[in-house]
Amino acid sequence: MKPPSFDYVVPRTLPEVLEALADPRPDVRVLAGGQSLILEMHLERIRPDLVVDINQVPGLDGLRVSGGGPGGSGAESRGSVEIGALVRHGAFESAAAVPGPLGTLFSLAVDNIAHPPIRNRGTMVGSLAWAHPASEWCAIAVALDADIQLKGPDGDRSVPARDWFLGTFETARRPGELITAVRFPLLGPDTRVGFIEHRRTHFCFAMVAVAAALTVRDGVVEQARIGLVNCGDRPLRARNAERALTGAPVGSLGSGYRLPDSHPFVRAGRIAAEDDADPIAGPYADLEYLRHAIAVVVGRTLRQAAEGVSR
Amino acid sequence: MKITLTVNGDAYALDIEPRRILADVLREDCELTGTHLGCEHGVCGACTVLVDNAPVRSCLMLAVQCDGKSVRTAEGLAGPDGEPHPVQRAFSAERALQCGFCTPGFLMVAAAALEADPAMGEDPERVHSVVASNICRCTGYEPIRRAIVRASNEMTAPPAR
Repeated sequence: MKPPSFDYVVPRTLPEVLEALADPRPDVRVLAGGQSLILEMHLERIRPDLVVDINQVPGLDGLRVSGGGPGGSGAESRGSVEIGALVRHGAFESAAAVPGPLGTLFSLAVDNIAHPPIRNRGTMVGSLAWAHPASEWCAIAVALDADIQLKGPDGDRSVPARDWFLGTFETARRPGELITAVRFPLLGPDTRVGFIEHRRTHFCFAMVAVAAALTVRDGVVEQARIGLVNCGDRPLRARNAERALTGAPVGSLGSGYRLPDSHPFVRAGRIAAEDDADPIAGPYADLEYLRHAIAVVVGRTLRQAAEGVSR
Repeated sequence: MKITLTVNGDAYALDIEPRRILADVLREDCELTGTHLGCEHGVCGACTVLVDNAPVRSCLMLAVQCDGKSVRTAEGLAGPDGEPHPVQRAFSAERALQCGFCTPGFLMVAAAALEADPAMGEDPERVHSVVASNICRCTGYEPIRRAIVRASNEMTAPPAR
């Protein structure tokens, strides 16, 4: 199928974008990368009245690091990175795009996002706006307490990722609002990260994927953050598993392919699968399989983080 | 809507509906049918073209988005004298196609990767990641990989005396 007719505008400034988004017709869409939007238009699941192409608006393609510096400790002093609405997925293929372990986590995750030609167009902010439960970026945003920054008819506001996702394809965005950027707190040098995705074939969306950020001090987990991709109707944070991990000894990880059942990472995987995840059965995976897969992938991702990944 | 597309160096002044995707405009309005449309879902990669030198799916881009941009298609790979691009010669030498439907897309992702870094063929992982973007149901991908490595060797070889 081909997209049905729609009106199309290319504003050149942010005020012009907001003016266009104030259009009273029922379906007004923002076009950034378009890698989900144009597909949905082909399928006629989305039939917009107006498409507002923001690609010519200057200043939205910035990736800005602020605050932080050597010797800083604690979340505030580590600084943050602000990723504009037109920063493409492909920008994160290099771990150096974002300082510290956050850049490593982004580069591990981005390998799983479609393919390079799609990553040349699609944007991180677009993924947050689309809110697909299998989106890698959405789960990372929830796990790391990102802030979604918006401009709208009533001024600027920022929404924490935990309050942003209201369901499948549902967000807290109000009519007429544009997401201008997403802000992530940077991770400290003592935090280690992991990202593992499980899917049927290379061309599939994630069946289950897990993002982990782990701070281990003197062999004991000081802080754990776990984001679950496609483990519910929206991106989830595995808070019960995180609590169970805090204070747990990492011990020896050995070289075997499988950790013993009693290892805290394996236990955390089981807790994430049973108490945090709320998977939806699909044609290729029933709930028993999905909960098993979630437990395994969480355990492996924690182990990957603890062992350290170099990029 | 009036736009100007520069395709393979030629300017096309077009008046098109915003709803039309780049692939259809290339094929129907510019009459460049080298770009093939497979799935129209962004999955198969047959329609891949270069927009401002970056490979993109021309089924997931509106033609009006390319106003003023430079587009390169399979027709633009050969040199001005008609000499095939090294990647085209390598596809022929390695028999990297059977039915040929996916070939334009593979040629474009391979040409973009090789022109950005002619030595990329030395790294099997990078060759893999280029090949993994697109679907070929005939070759099993191995001849395509070999073609990319062959083109890379040719492009990095010192010029003959």
